[in-house]
Amino acid sequence: MVINKAVKKSLRIAYGETLTELGKQDENIVVIDSDLSCSTQTQMFAKEFPERFFNTGVAEQDAVCLAAGLSTCGKIPFVSTFAIFATGRAWDQVRNSVAHPKFNVNFVATHGGVTVGEDGASHQSVEDISLMRSIPHMIVIVPSDSIETREAIKFAYNYNGPVYVRLSRSNTPDVHDNDYNFDLNKAKVLIEGIDVTIVSNGETLYEAIECAQMLKKVNIDVEIISMPVVKPIDKETLINSASKTGAVLTLENHSVVGGLGSSICECLAENYPCIVKRIGVNDEFGQSGKAEELLVKYGLTADKFYDEVLKLVEKKNSK
Amino acid sequence: MTEQKKLSEEEVKSLEEVAKKVRENILVMINAAKSGHTGGSLSPVELLLTLYEKCMTHYKEWNKSPEWKNRDRFILSKGHASATLYATLAQMGYFEEQELLTFRKLGTRLQGHPSYGLLPGIEVSTGSLGQGLSMANGVALGLKLDRNKNNVFVLLGDGEIQEGQVWEAAMTSAHYKMDNLIAIIDRNRLQIDGDTEQVKTLDPLDKKWEAFGWQVLEIDGHDFQEIYGAVEYAKELGKQKSAPVMIIANTIKGKGVTFTENQASWHGKPMNDKELQKALQEIRG
Repeated sequence: MVINKAVKKSLRIAYGETLTELGKQDENIVVIDSDLSCSTQTQMFAKEFPERFFNTGVAEQDAVCLAAGLSTCGKIPFVSTFAIFATGRAWDQVRNSVAHPKFNVNFVATHGGVTVGEDGASHQSVEDISLMRSIPHMIVIVPSDSIETREAIKFAYNYNGPVYVRLSRSNTPDVHDNDYNFDLNKAKVLIEGIDVTIVSNGETLYEAIECAQMLKKVNIDVEIISMPVVKPIDKETLINSASKTGAVLTLENHSVVGGLGSSICECLAENYPCIVKRIGVNDEFGQSGKAEELLVKYGLTADKFYDEVLKLVEKKNSK
Repeated sequence: MTEQKKLSEEEVKSLEEVAKKVRENILVMINAAKSGHTGGSLSPVELLLTLYEKCMTHYKEWNKSPEWKNRDRFILSKGHASATLYATLAQMGYFEEQELLTFRKLGTRLQGHPSYGLLPGIEVSTGSLGQGLSMANGVALGLKLDRNKNNVFVLLGDGEIQEGQVWEAAMTSAHYKMDNLIAIIDRNRLQIDGDTEQVKTLDPLDKKWEAFGWQVLEIDGHDFQEIYGAVEYAKELGKQKSAPVMIIANTIKGKGVTFTENQASWHGKPMNDKELQKALQEIRG
């Protein structure tokens, strides 16, 4: 597959544009932000539809429950703030006021993972996927590029129930085609291979593809699965791939505890036990730095986990 | 309060009789469940009854479905008083009275704390304190967007307002000029660990809400005439002032049964059979 890595697009702008577009079609869409609309890009919707945009100020718990109330009147709320606040600060509100009654509230959180950058650990959410995945009724989606973001937002709009969409702050190259269709129950095999499977989502998916291309040069055939939906996990695609390659590496801009890696381990342990290596933030907090530097620091770039893939293949072959 | 709307003597008498029945049912259901919140369920009996019987547009009066879109909404933010809400709803004909005996039992629609989607009349899920006012704000905004003239009522516990989110919500209500929102605090002055003023001072409550941009009324929360007068006045006051209205209802925790009144120890405790008989005797007079 050919990816133009020189052209990176903003997931947040894709969100703001899609939301505004949907807002034109359906006047039941309402947006709630907690003083971060300039960062989350809900400002685009706010400018177009000021009467359907509600700013709670710096009050995320209030924002979540406000959305719950609005949904009972048939409104379709999108709640946006940073991932750390949407999931950590307001977890109890998400759980009790939205997920338990299965209200139709969409959470689109930006600034997930360590690539928040200079703001450091207090703002770098490496636990949000874990936190949201454990809540019954919750759908968890981590789009990897602007195209997938657009489609995930459309899905969230159409789906009747709570959805968590996690976006990165960094821009990413488009890895999906423009005619991409989002399917809640189906992960996508982007590259077929037989030696090892790499499963990823979010901004690290591109790194996985790059690593596969590097490994091709040493005759290792990597299968790449794009898995934007962490919950419900697509067991079938995963088991099919694992039964072919026998080794799975997971890659995510999130803690290795509770996120995509954990989710895949749970699925494989129960259905097709095989060797797995989780690449992510190793149960530690982030820190200040440039986004690119942090990706390297936490081992999330292709050249950093290249050796881990080799080791995994070696381990498989020595069995 | 000028030109306060009044209930007739017969209406008050009738409400007093129904209140006895609601209190009996609350105690019987908590006893049958061997679990529940006795004290805080007895304090807002008159409040809920007046709202449902006299102040709210809803199901019973209009012979519509509980989801009828032109209904007033009620949110029990102090979800642990679920027994009071269930007993009141049963009285209003939302479901059969006998179902009250399933309270808190496996498979029941009458969950320990109000759970959305099971029982008619339950608008949201509550129980984790401090979230109801924010939700009421959301409903109030939703109704305004639809140009719906209905009101939203929310009942908070006094201990509950120690939750920081309540004050986030208080700011939101005033900022968005929610003149279709009437909040009531069940000011029974007791929480699990004792006197609210000893656990963490709440007074001066009126000044706090006023400072947050609310219109504040204070009443005796067991006096039907005062409750009715204040709620009806609040409907007008909110519109006049383009502001949300808070009614501080002074109540007695455990009201109606001498041995539970003003006793913090009865917060989360059921009566045993002997205590229940004694209490029912007193209520029935």
